[in-house]
Amino acid sequence: MATSTEPAVVRSGKPGVQPLLVIRNIAKTFGKNPVLRDISLQIAEGEFLTILGESGSGKTTLLRIIAGFESADSGEIVMEGERLDRLPAYRRRVNTVFQHYALFPHLTVEENVGYGLRAARMPKDEIAARVAEALAMVKMTAFARSKPGKISGGQQQRIALARALVNRPRLLLLDEPLSALDANLRRQMQVELKSLQREVGISFVFVTHDQEEAMVMSDRIALLRMGELEQVASPREIYRRPATTYTAQFIGHTNLLRGEVRDGIASCNSLSWNVELPDGSALFSLRPENIRLVTSGAGKSDMNVVHFHGKIQHQAFHGATELLQIVCDDGLTLSVRTATRENRQGDLNLEFSPADAVPVRDSLERR
Amino acid sequence: MFSRAYRAAITLPPLLWVAVFLLVPYALLFCYSFWSVSPSQAIVHAWTLDNYRELFRVNVYLQTLFRSMWIAARVMIFSLLLGYPLAYYLSFYAGARKDLFYQLVIIPLWVSYLVRAYAWKTILGSDGVLNTLLQYVHLTKHPLEFLLYSPFAVVLTLTHIYTPFAVLPIYAALEHIPRNLVEASHDLGASPLQTFWRVIFPLSIPGVLAGATFAFVLSLGDFLAPLLLGGPSGIMISNIVVSLFGAAYNWPLGAAISLCMLLLVVSLLVLSEKLEKKWSFR
Amino acid sequence: MELSMSDARSTSRWLPWHAMAVFGFLYLPIVTLIVYSFNGSGVGGFPPRNLTLDWYRMLFADDAIWESVLNSLIVAFAAMAISLTIGIPAALALDRANFPGKAIFRRLVLLPLILPGIITGLSLLMLFREADIKLSLLTIVLGHGTALISVATTEVFAGLQKLDRAQEEASLDLGANYWQTFWRVTIPNLRLSIIGAALLIFTLSMDEIAVSFFLIGRDNTLPLEIWGRLRRGITPEINAISSIIFVFSLIAIVSWYRLRMSSEKRGLAV
Repeated sequence: MATSTEPAVVRSGKPGVQPLLVIRNIAKTFGKNPVLRDISLQIAEGEFLTILGESGSGKTTLLRIIAGFESADSGEIVMEGERLDRLPAYRRRVNTVFQHYALFPHLTVEENVGYGLRAARMPKDEIAARVAEALAMVKMTAFARSKPGKISGGQQQRIALARALVNRPRLLLLDEPLSALDANLRRQMQVELKSLQREVGISFVFVTHDQEEAMVMSDRIALLRMGELEQVASPREIYRRPATTYTAQFIGHTNLLRGEVRDGIASCNSLSWNVELPDGSALFSLRPENIRLVTSGAGKSDMNVVHFHGKIQHQAFHGATELLQIVCDDGLTLSVRTATRENRQGDLNLEFSPADAVPVRDSLERR
Repeated sequence: MFSRAYRAAITLPPLLWVAVFLLVPYALLFCYSFWSVSPSQAIVHAWTLDNYRELFRVNVYLQTLFRSMWIAARVMIFSLLLGYPLAYYLSFYAGARKDLFYQLVIIPLWVSYLVRAYAWKTILGSDGVLNTLLQYVHLTKHPLEFLLYSPFAVVLTLTHIYTPFAVLPIYAALEHIPRNLVEASHDLGASPLQTFWRVIFPLSIPGVLAGATFAFVLSLGDFLAPLLLGGPSGIMISNIVVSLFGAAYNWPLGAAISLCMLLLVVSLLVLSEKLEKKWSFR
Repeated sequence: MELSMSDARSTSRWLPWHAMAVFGFLYLPIVTLIVYSFNGSGVGGFPPRNLTLDWYRMLFADDAIWESVLNSLIVAFAAMAISLTIGIPAALALDRANFPGKAIFRRLVLLPLILPGIITGLSLLMLFREADIKLSLLTIVLGHGTALISVATTEVFAGLQKLDRAQEEASLDLGANYWQTFWRVTIPNLRLSIIGAALLIFTLSMDEIAVSFFLIGRDNTLPLEIWGRLRRGITPEINAISSIIFVFSLIAIVSWYRLRMSSEKRGLAV
């Protein structure tokens, strides 16, 4: 089973280390709408976990429950042995970077960043030192005396980050903090956030609907769909071995092959290959980049490779690669990703390795 | 996009009307304050500073003005004390019933001043509802005289009338505060009380200033409540003006007092606006 | 956000009580007044006894009151006409035109709303005196009309902000001229704002006393008629008419509010 809620061995390589945060059977319903059903998840020290999902999947609600802005209907959250969900938000050692930054407009950047420290009644000079340190970390020292209304979105985002981190929380929650930025700035911030997390060593729980963003930044991805965890794994694992059809299609592109397994042979239309699966119907995910063009004439399918022939129906130019829509001889339509080439032939010979046809199960229907 | 003719058509009639019925009257107010009245009750259009000298020479005018300001100040303070928590409740706690409660606030706002002042008159009198109620339940033996025909009655009635005026701008300001700021404050470790003083209240100050200004300015110029409920000790500056335009027949002097009141009110409005801008963060 | 979840228990406990107390303060006097309009033994005295409809009967037979009601209605409709005729262009001008003195104009228009009524009343009185115009219902109409322009302007201006400028541009693009566009596109879109403004102006004019006090001639409006009687002697008949005024105002205000909310909910100014 590819689904695992236990953190994979992250950085330290010490399997026996206790997780930082344990979420057990959290459920939440708004009115008649069950937004979260039975969520269980663990978060390790120093890991970058992304909660990925479409709008309505419940990802923001889950984050807000961890932060303390909503209370779950059932279940518990334990941080370092203590029940976190029994504490009000202002007592949790958890800080949030809000989607629209939520900077206090009547305070300067400095005062914003020092807000949490002042609330904790820290001595003034210590506050000043920590604030200066935090501002330097996000490279916003020059704007210390400005008001939030006067700085750009990207700059506000850094301040929001500094304001949260300066309190040295055990856990940092980020609610789609990059969604308001334009594409280039977004890519830049992804890199900066990731390196910041490494530098600071705090666990980050990052919420987004952008699967590319999730893959770039995370140590692990928790894919949430309609209130339940579809799969929790590292980006590579979740990409190479998706557990369900939803996962396979949500993260990256894929071809879904429906077929039958009989006596160790899977067949989908005219394609067949060896598998170690029980008899019955089966579903396979085959990534477009794993279908290769064969230049040296049609070959025979054998143990290690499946050959077939098709015609190009449609071509989409993506810069370095092209996505070809192929109709096979038996009518099956497949997407193939390959390096860009001028003057393609309409007729193509293709192949893929049986190992790349990953068995997946159907995602459960949900009311 | 709009032609000159269009813009002239929408601009000129209002400008004209406002000039004739607002500017000119204010100008006349100004002029009258420098004129005088003859023994035969005709207005003498000769320029003089006599009215203003009179104002400062005779004590009663300044005394009444200060008493009026003190009454207005109390109305302002009580309106804020009553109104702010109500506005806060409406904005942060009312939830599904917010709409209903908002209507409950604006209804007294627009219902006749006279009706409400009259209601208090029937309640506060020595044979009024309150006194007879207190006697009925044996809390008092004799009617409490200070309830009516006193500054107390005026302050009470005006507070009743102007509290909704204070609630609305405060409510509007509170509604404008993005809720994620409150969450951010909690997230950073500030308790609800700290959050109120450090985030919510500062951001609501423009509303508080507006409400306070309304309550103060409108109370200051009020003459109806003192006439109905004030008695001799509750006379306010506007009552003096009214009598100068009535029985005491000295329009120019009345105009002079009115002009002073107008200047006072306008400077308060300007000051309030400046402060509101300073405290507004948009 | 669930404020109660992370809130100190103490605040959430007294706040609702305070709110109820303030509502009580605001409404009890009026409720008392209504109750005593049915009281056989006078405007005061506790507890009320002798429930009776006599005062209402007396009220309906009282010609002077009904004459003043008629006068008030005449004034209200006339004031409404003036306020809207001047106020709607004023709102348009503030929204779309730039002219010298615009800032002063905006403040001047709003002044009667914030200044004590006595100043508006007196200054107009002096105008009529100098222009040798006798005091009558006409002068009251001019007074109300002028004072309430700001209500019309504010409502319509707010409606204009929600108006989709593109509709007017489309109308012009399709060949209609400014006048036609004004009547076929602009005004219909402002319908709700105008109705709301009319409702509010009507109610305020019917209740208006401060400005009317100075501009009254021989004919009384309803508030002034009541005022006159208050000086003479109080009977629960006044409670009766006050109760009726309250009920009508209530209906008018709630209607205005509902109108406002429905236009906002639809997201259009239509």
